[in-house]
Amino acid sequence: MSTDHMSTPTKIRVATTWLDGCSGCHMSFLDMDERLIALAERIEIVYSPLVDTKELPEQVDVGILEGSISSEDDLEKAKTFRKRCKLLVSLGDCAVNGNVPSMRNHFKLADVMDRAYRENVTLQPQIPTREVPALLGTVKPIHGVVPVDIFVPGCPPRADAIWHVLSELIEGRIPDPSQVTRFGA
Amino acid sequence: MHLEDLAEKAAEFRAEEAGIQREVRVCVAASCQSSGSLAVMEALEDACGDGKGTCRVKGVGCMGLCSAGPLVSIADKDCSLDESVLYRDVTPADAPEIMGSVCGSPVERLRCPTDQPFFARQHKIVLENSGFIDPDSFKGYVAVGGYAGMVRALSEMTPADVLREVTTSGLRGRGGGGYPTGLKWSTVAKMPAGQKYVICNADEGDPGAFMDRAVLESDPHRVLEGMAIAAYAVGANKGYIYVRAEYPLAVERLQTAIRKAKRAGFLGSKVADTQFSFEVEIRLGAGAFVCGEETALMASIEGLRGQPRPRPPYPAESGLWGCPTLINNVETFANIAPIVREGGDWFASIGTERSKGTKVFALAGKIRNTGLIEVPMGTSLRDIIEIIGGGIPDGKAFKAVQTGGPSGGCIPEAHLDIPVDYDSLKTLGTMMGSGGMIVMDETSSMVDVARYFMEFCMTESCGKCIPCRTGTWQMHGLLDAIAKAQGTHADLALLEELCEVVQATSLCGLGQTAPNPVLSTLRYFRDEYEEKLQRAEL
Amino acid sequence: MPLPATQPNVRVVTLKIDDLDLSAREDETLIEVCRENKIPIPSLCHLDGLSVWGGCRLCVVELEGQNRLLAACSTRVAEGMRVHTNTERLQRYRRTLIELLFAERNHICSVCVSNGHCELQWLAQKCGVDHVRVPYRQQPYPVDSSHEMFRLDHNRCVLCTRCVRVCDEIEGAHTWDVMGRGSDCRVITDLARPWGESDTCTSCGKCVQVCPTGALVKQGTSVGEMVKDQHFLPILARRRHAR
Repeated sequence: MSTDHMSTPTKIRVATTWLDGCSGCHMSFLDMDERLIALAERIEIVYSPLVDTKELPEQVDVGILEGSISSEDDLEKAKTFRKRCKLLVSLGDCAVNGNVPSMRNHFKLADVMDRAYRENVTLQPQIPTREVPALLGTVKPIHGVVPVDIFVPGCPPRADAIWHVLSELIEGRIPDPSQVTRFGA
Repeated sequence: MHLEDLAEKAAEFRAEEAGIQREVRVCVAASCQSSGSLAVMEALEDACGDGKGTCRVKGVGCMGLCSAGPLVSIADKDCSLDESVLYRDVTPADAPEIMGSVCGSPVERLRCPTDQPFFARQHKIVLENSGFIDPDSFKGYVAVGGYAGMVRALSEMTPADVLREVTTSGLRGRGGGGYPTGLKWSTVAKMPAGQKYVICNADEGDPGAFMDRAVLESDPHRVLEGMAIAAYAVGANKGYIYVRAEYPLAVERLQTAIRKAKRAGFLGSKVADTQFSFEVEIRLGAGAFVCGEETALMASIEGLRGQPRPRPPYPAESGLWGCPTLINNVETFANIAPIVREGGDWFASIGTERSKGTKVFALAGKIRNTGLIEVPMGTSLRDIIEIIGGGIPDGKAFKAVQTGGPSGGCIPEAHLDIPVDYDSLKTLGTMMGSGGMIVMDETSSMVDVARYFMEFCMTESCGKCIPCRTGTWQMHGLLDAIAKAQGTHADLALLEELCEVVQATSLCGLGQTAPNPVLSTLRYFRDEYEEKLQRAEL
Repeated sequence: MPLPATQPNVRVVTLKIDDLDLSAREDETLIEVCRENKIPIPSLCHLDGLSVWGGCRLCVVELEGQNRLLAACSTRVAEGMRVHTNTERLQRYRRTLIELLFAERNHICSVCVSNGHCELQWLAQKCGVDHVRVPYRQQPYPVDSSHEMFRLDHNRCVLCTRCVRVCDEIEGAHTWDVMGRGSDCRVITDLARPWGESDTCTSCGKCVQVCPTGALVKQGTSVGEMVKDQHFLPILARRRHAR
């Protein structure tokens, strides 16, 4: 994937979202602290839980996904991101390998639902059917459903690792996150 | 004992049979038994009795044309015992009619012509006695010249002479690898004197292969004789036959043969009144395919978990319990007695430049004549399939022939004229293997074939090394997706990459060759894969 | 005339590994020579002090003049060998093997007591495995917590059999062994009885220390707390050997 345009002074358009995860990777993003200011000079966050945009723009340079594909909603979001982002980044172990959300894969979905919404509930136990996206039978990492360009493992990846990845992208290079992070880091 | 003494014994045993006017041979090998040959034999025995003992019904080993079983052949002395009449698909009800037929006017309804290419084009060395002698009879084996090779080796040859004959013969291992037998024997012989072992690998496990079973069920003494000669040549005094427990009949016949040979002084201490001793024991395989791999097989004999270990050291150097060990396949041992008897040059005159002698093949699948054949090395696949095998039934077109079992590959029509030997099959991306040949017609899907063999390897992986244990699982998953038209081009690329990794990094032959069925079908039938991918991506 | 002192009957050979000229005793294996000379070779089953296993295949190397790859742990050095330990092809194979391991069982690092101290996790990073391309098997495996001091989590086992070997060869108890075939293989204690009911286990804990992952751990450890110490092994092994 060409990243030539990124060396130009124009800001890189970045979109992020979280799928089935704990939002910890986004928190780690915020842990870049004062470096966020420097970052803001070079990137523009066009869509993210961190900003107030409601729609993912049609054209995005870098899409960053946190969390695994666990529901139909996650699947749709991942597909949309893939369609609209030139470069797709899996951020964190849930996105990269399924991590904790995928631990339910050993059980039947119906049993998981029963456990969560009936067995452990004392008041009006019921399985929600409206206004929550239906869960998929198997939790998958992002690249299990759409092609992913860059993988940043870690639970969560440290702020330094995210900084490294973004800095490299800004410089027009494809980062090698293995140098700065690993599964479970 | 000298050869003359043995010849005398043989003549004596033949003389005991002199009064027999009519010999009725009923195949009692596993495949004819499964189509009811024992009941046929009983009915023939009832119909045979004229009270004078001139007619004898005899159970014999495999006659080859298994698809026509139960097979019965009748030899009348008046018509010369050599020219027997062969009957096919015999039922117990046919017995009186068959026994009532007189020499010269057989029952045409049941007759199976023996001048057809299936019989005429074969060249029998390993199976020379198969279908003629009673596998349970020690006398029967000696009467047709059995143990002459062993007695000749013990009484007239030094171990070095035996090694020379075997080396001259150019015999190569019949288990699949094709390693020169003479070289293997010499290596074991050169190891310092001390405890050495000879092992016969009878853990035949390739789907569709039944050559070794037939040899053990039809002519067990021949294998014992070959092992004894080998033990003499390399300086071993103890042998093991590792047979899979799924071959109960073969095991039973081997046990009988060992017992009888021992009683006659042809096994045990002081074999044939010489200073040479050789004990043979049977070990049963408990159903693991990987135990056909030599290091896993030896671990299993030692009572350990049957899984391979890295080589070197090779068994010739450090084998069973760390001792030098010679390990050969059933068919290899079955070739030894004739080589010692007739000489290495005679054997080397049969076959091709680099593959000598004959090879037994088990024909199975979509072919008219399924069964066991023995042909000289270098016979073309086309001859084997179209002429000897009788071609594809039901007017269907030939598509591929699979050789070498789960380690082998599929050969398409375009390469049928290649002469069958170790090296030519390798260039086609398959291997000789132990001799299974599965013929497939136009209705077979090559992706299904690859998936079938991958499933076999996956369930038979011992689990010791990562590439074989988990790589076969992943490859099977990918093949399954492709076969169900759910695979993508990325899946096919991943499959090919896994093939490469598993082939290059696996510990033993099972894993190293597990990708072969995939690679060979991809090589010759890639379009079948791609057609399924296209459907998946529509 | 006094006889000269007897020389130990081991010769020394010279060989080339990754363009380094090295010498080695002829009874050494390639992996031993590499470790001596700080040439990194990944392995999960090999451990100094235990017998050769040759199962993980991560230590495969290329030998000039030979097509087939060799496992460094089970290949003895020879005069004039030219070995390459880190070619692009080997790197690719190793990455795939590690991916296969991650996909086989349920190695969820973030909630593992060995997180941060795991050889598999470490190797994945060293070899550049940042994601697993093959599908996960998603097969649940049991956890045996019956032993009062230790715990066995099959989900994290890579079947390296270090536990089996150390128990048999060093402790002499042979409590551990392997059952099953293929990916259904499991390490077992005493003919597959719960560990806590084992008659042969001496609770020495060597198996726990040599385990490369979080499969064998101490009870009561939480995420990232299980740190293993394998220094005892070569020392013990050499002392046993000297006797």
